[in-house]
Amino acid sequence: MSLRIVVCVKYVPDATGDRHFAEDLTVDRDDVDGLLSELDEYAVEQALQIADEADDAEITVLTVGPEDAKDALRKALSMGADKAVHVEDDDLHGTDALGTSLVLAKAIEKTGYDLVVCGMASTDGTMGVLPAMLAERLGVPQVSLLAEVSVEDGTVKGRRDGDTATEQLEARLPAVVSVTDQSGEARYPSFKGIMAAKKKPVESWDLEDLEIESDEVGLEGAWSAVDGATERPARTAGTIVKDEGEGGKQLAAFLAERKFI
Amino acid sequence: MAEVLVYVDHVDGAVRKPTLELLTLARRVGEPVAVALGSGAADTAAALAEHGAVKVLTHDASEYADYLVVPKVDALQAAYEAVSPAAVLFPSSTEGKEIAARLAVRIGSGIITDAVDLEAGVEGPVATQSVFAAAFTTKSRVSKGTPVITVKPNSAAVEAAPAAGAVEALSVSFSDKATGTKVVSRAARESTGRPELTEAAIVVSGGRGVGGAENFPVVEALADSLGAAVGASRAAVDAGWYPHTNQVGQTGKTVSPQLYIAAGISGAIQHRAGMQTSKTIVAVNKDSEAPIFDLVDYGVVGDLFEVVPQLTEEVKARKG
Ligand SMILES: Cc1cc2nc3c(=O)[nH]c(=O)nc-3n(C[C@H](O)[C@H](O)[C@H](O)COP(=O)(O)OP(=O)(O)OC[C@H]3O[C@@H](n4cnc5c(N)ncnc54)[C@H](O)[C@@H]3O)c2cc1C
Ligand SMILES: Nc1ncnc2c1ncn2[C@@H]1O[C@H](COP(=O)(O)O)[C@@H](O)[C@H]1O
Repeated sequence: MSLRIVVCVKYVPDATGDRHFAEDLTVDRDDVDGLLSELDEYAVEQALQIADEADDAEITVLTVGPEDAKDALRKALSMGADKAVHVEDDDLHGTDALGTSLVLAKAIEKTGYDLVVCGMASTDGTMGVLPAMLAERLGVPQVSLLAEVSVEDGTVKGRRDGDTATEQLEARLPAVVSVTDQSGEARYPSFKGIMAAKKKPVESWDLEDLEIESDEVGLEGAWSAVDGATERPARTAGTIVKDEGEGGKQLAAFLAERKFI
Repeated sequence: MAEVLVYVDHVDGAVRKPTLELLTLARRVGEPVAVALGSGAADTAAALAEHGAVKVLTHDASEYADYLVVPKVDALQAAYEAVSPAAVLFPSSTEGKEIAARLAVRIGSGIITDAVDLEAGVEGPVATQSVFAAAFTTKSRVSKGTPVITVKPNSAAVEAAPAAGAVEALSVSFSDKATGTKVVSRAARESTGRPELTEAAIVVSGGRGVGGAENFPVVEALADSLGAAVGASRAAVDAGWYPHTNQVGQTGKTVSPQLYIAAGISGAIQHRAGMQTSKTIVAVNKDSEAPIFDLVDYGVVGDLFEVVPQLTEEVKARKG
């Protein structure tokens, strides 16, 4: 039987761009170029490796996001995923983590799955909560923040380097996993992969397809609200000296003046 | 005054510092009721009472250690139902965030993660967050359900505020999902004897400029002279020079110490995301154009192998 893998990928504003907020205090996605979140490339990579090890596997990449989010799907397809699902709806604008997890969970159920693979966190929101929320909503085990992952005989195993300990985890499929940037560099799409991706199917679903009411999502439906955003004042320019042999001593004098020594 | 649930992060009964900081913030929005789970749970009570917990709900079962996250979510849900709190607060550890995320889904509440401050507001607690690699500060609140909020380490001072801290046994019945993810083995990390990275008042970090694992003792010697924790950039970690658990940045730890010293680190946006809120920032880098110098209070353009050892000697001399 085929192993059905769904990889959740997010389309995010480039972190090296000048990111800011739109008037409604949602992330401004117009002024900064978007891309497939680098941390989700690791998820695609691990899914590809798991699929390689399986007799028969199919990888669907899934994103919830605006029109341009298709770019993220294309990238994942050119890396080697088989098909893509894009959930797009005007009413999704401003959806928060709870809402996104609802939409993703419904889309994953509709796709059909044995294994869901997520990144460790999105590079814009950086909450790192979606995988846990998905596991909760889908009612399946969560095997998260893995630096190493493998699937064998219907069991997913992995290594998690936690705050105080390294743990070996194990769960029966179906399950939700998330992988860290320690799991192994993601491959670059090959020219062949890029060409092949153009012919791979990308389905588009809206809220109605997923039987979600528009008041459950979006800015109105959000479970949290941002009331204000202020740019952090630029740090006042510090003192910069060139080491002429006394740099360490000068630094020590500064630290002493600030009472650190 | 309404009660506020506070999840206790502890190791065999020893309460970790971020939880004590959390109690300081919790007292601004209600009466803290602490929830301590697992081995040593009851031993946390004295420290929690000392810092303002009016009640300490405890429960121990082998499930907490043997299975990932869900048993703790079950316990938090039980505490939530028993107390009907005005908010539920967690330290922003990986575990704290995961429990919080699942609890929020279960009780149908909004969630705010990685708050760096918390105040009482007319419509419930208002959280301050630092976003886009700390380029912006936002104020948010939960608009549906009971606010579930995770708070970063070093967001508040630990304050003594003696309260009753009455220990009560929490009654928990585990859901059928509790045993879904087995912890097959657990190897505790060996302690280096240095302060915990996220809790340290001073952090000294090394980057690619350190040039190799064999040179990291230069960074460690400075850290030890200052009683500091040691951090590393991702470039240094990926090269295998220093453990991943010491990585500072977007995919490593966020630190917010009184003093951050960066040696041989260029200051990429992902690194800044993890240290930009440090109070005083110092850098040593041989490239005067390195972006890290945009952040510093004091910077030395020079070779770290000259500057850092000299600084270490000077610190030792001044400390006597
Ligand atoms: C999704 C994502 C997540 C990331 N997460 C993180 C993260 O969590 N943490 C992180 O740090 N990075 C992270 N990065 C990587 C980040 O973009 C940079 O690549 C990394 O921070 C560079 O590390 P560095 O400053 O040590 O190395 P470099 O950028 O190579 O800088 C080395 C510096 O050392 C200086 N130098 C060299 N020799 C000497 C000497 N003898 N004396 C003094 N100075 C010297 C050089 O002038 C240079 O400025 C992430 C990247 C991505 C895409
Ligand atoms: N809009 C989205 N579409 C698809 N996947 C997402 C989306 N948002 C988050 N994810 C997934 O959830 C992970 C954690 O995201 P977050 O909790 O937002 O930090 C990401 O690495 C993705 O795998």
